[in-house]
Amino acid sequence: MTSTSPRTKSTARTTSAVGDKVFFGLSWTGGAIILVVLAFVAAFLLIEALPAIMPETFGPGADQAIDFWSYVWPLMAGTVMVSVIALLLATPIAIGISLFISHYAPRRFANPIGYLIDLLAAIPSVVYGAWGMLVLAPAMVPLYHWLHNNLGFIPLFAGDPNVTNTGRTLMTSGVVLAVMVLPIITALCREIFLQTPHLQQEAALGLGATRWEMIKMTVFPFARAGVISSIMLALGRALGETMAVTMVLSAGGFSWSLVTSGANATIPSEIALNFPEAFGQRQSELIAAGLMLFVITLVVNVIARAIVNSHAKKAEGLS
Amino acid sequence: MKFSRFYRSAAIASVAAIALAACSSDDGGDNADANGGGEEVSASGNLIGGGASSQEAAMTAWTSDITEVHPDLSVQYDPVGSGAGREGFIAGQYTFAGSDSAMDADEQEQACGAANAFHVPSYISPVAVAFNLEGVDTLNMNPDTIAKVFAGEITSWDDEEIAEQNPDADLPATDITVVHRSDESGTTENFTDYLNGAAGDSWEWEASDAFPDELTGESAQQTSGVVSLTSDTDGAITYADASQIGDLSTVAVGVGEDYVEYSADAAAAAVETAEEDSESEGARVLDRSTEEEGVYPIVMISYHIFCDEYEDESMVEQVKAFGNYVISEDGQATAEESAGSAPISDSIRDEATERIEAISVAG
Repeated sequence: MTSTSPRTKSTARTTSAVGDKVFFGLSWTGGAIILVVLAFVAAFLLIEALPAIMPETFGPGADQAIDFWSYVWPLMAGTVMVSVIALLLATPIAIGISLFISHYAPRRFANPIGYLIDLLAAIPSVVYGAWGMLVLAPAMVPLYHWLHNNLGFIPLFAGDPNVTNTGRTLMTSGVVLAVMVLPIITALCREIFLQTPHLQQEAALGLGATRWEMIKMTVFPFARAGVISSIMLALGRALGETMAVTMVLSAGGFSWSLVTSGANATIPSEIALNFPEAFGQRQSELIAAGLMLFVITLVVNVIARAIVNSHAKKAEGLS
Repeated sequence: MKFSRFYRSAAIASVAAIALAACSSDDGGDNADANGGGEEVSASGNLIGGGASSQEAAMTAWTSDITEVHPDLSVQYDPVGSGAGREGFIAGQYTFAGSDSAMDADEQEQACGAANAFHVPSYISPVAVAFNLEGVDTLNMNPDTIAKVFAGEITSWDDEEIAEQNPDADLPATDITVVHRSDESGTTENFTDYLNGAAGDSWEWEASDAFPDELTGESAQQTSGVVSLTSDTDGAITYADASQIGDLSTVAVGVGEDYVEYSADAAAAAVETAEEDSESEGARVLDRSTEEEGVYPIVMISYHIFCDEYEDESMVEQVKAFGNYVISEDGQATAEESAGSAPISDSIRDEATERIEAISVAG
């Protein structure tokens, strides 16, 4: 049974060699396409944005253009703020859920809960937007008034000039985004937590660690890089989310206050609101705002990569 | 497998559709040439225009009803926005443009080649100041008060200034929630232009299609968005196309000593009493601070922009047919029915008819 004729052997070898070549070709093309697509997107954004960023050289002249940076910084700040709110709310809950699924829940609950969470990811963002606009925002109003009355000395809850009566604030948008990114973090973290080597976990338990100590000592260090990656993926979604924020947020300029309506705006919703009828210079401004979003995402990803790498190095140093 | 096949065919279909669309817009003129002939009385062929989305509802009605008068004429309208519409008109992509504001001098110079462009005020839409306040059906406010409310200086409905003008109303101490458009809009430009012109020092901002950024207030997308948000919020006030405000109460706007409720007649009167724009032929400059009786000053005029010369005979016929139909009593009634616009007055119609009839073949 094990003996094979040389002839079959050689065919097998050639097949595998062909398979290798094909696979190499496929994966190489895949990698190249990503880079090419990214390069084209970046080039498109840059070319279209130039009239807005440098109106003297490429646009209609400085006198006819608005000051792009003073236009775009409130949008950038709003975008980053809403994403940070979303991640601050979503990350602890998501990690809790995934730990529950991977280590605490009885097997017959764990799988259905996992499916449910995955289902959340499939809901279209316009549905989240409608829910945020019609249900969540009015429900948050009493909370905002309470926050303002009790914690009003913190700029975040200062309510300048007045506290919202509709709940269409940056905070509400952040909560909606948190629900939207929850399944992304949860699904990835669950998979990573499940990958923790069983031997290490059992060894920790054998040394007398409680279950929490075991998780702290074995699961978290093992999963750290993966968890950070999942958070970054979620951040990407939060930064770029358009529809839900457009529907939930009353757009405005910039304010630190999270309990005031019409005080903040984000880049994606600004583009979505105004692009359909924009033309000429205005279109360039909006595309330039998109370029800034591209830059923010890039910077955030580079930072995340650096964090993951430094942790990996630390982990190597320890072992 | 099934899915991938479906997607592939869908992709092919959509590419084909795009290609066809491109062809049809390119061929528009040629088709008209072939069919025009001249022996028929009614115009025929494909007339393509684009611009303001405010006219979209009326335009849909016009383009379908014009076939009753000119069965062979098909009119296409792209609601791409006023600015893009004017740009397309200048580039020759559109035979006529719909626009919420008149062309500036620069644009007029570029448009229509050697010929001139002119404006027809064919769509008049009153903008209502609408509010949602339990137990109050109508309120009087003068421009000054409206400006202070929208600028956030008056924050409660029982403010003295409002109470003074409404001795009979039972005003609650509800907070005023200002709702404005979050997208850039001709309605916003019109309303801010009104405040700028009529309210004096109480409104310090220029007319603009975006609501002033310094004012924090609620905002929502499109007319439907602001209306539904206002309807859902007790104490909210907004400005919106009067035909679409649903059950909201409206403000009677102070004009001189009187207060005028919006109505089709009062809106048409505002356009009739408006001065002709000296820089753009056919366009009107509304007198926002008018004190004339029975004039409702917050109206939006949406124009149709035509050239006074076109290259070929059939195009001239198409444009004349369409232009005349839109400003006819029939056309205006159609728009009123479908979009709630205010019909133009006879004197405006006569003047516009004269201009449209003067369109001729170039050379």
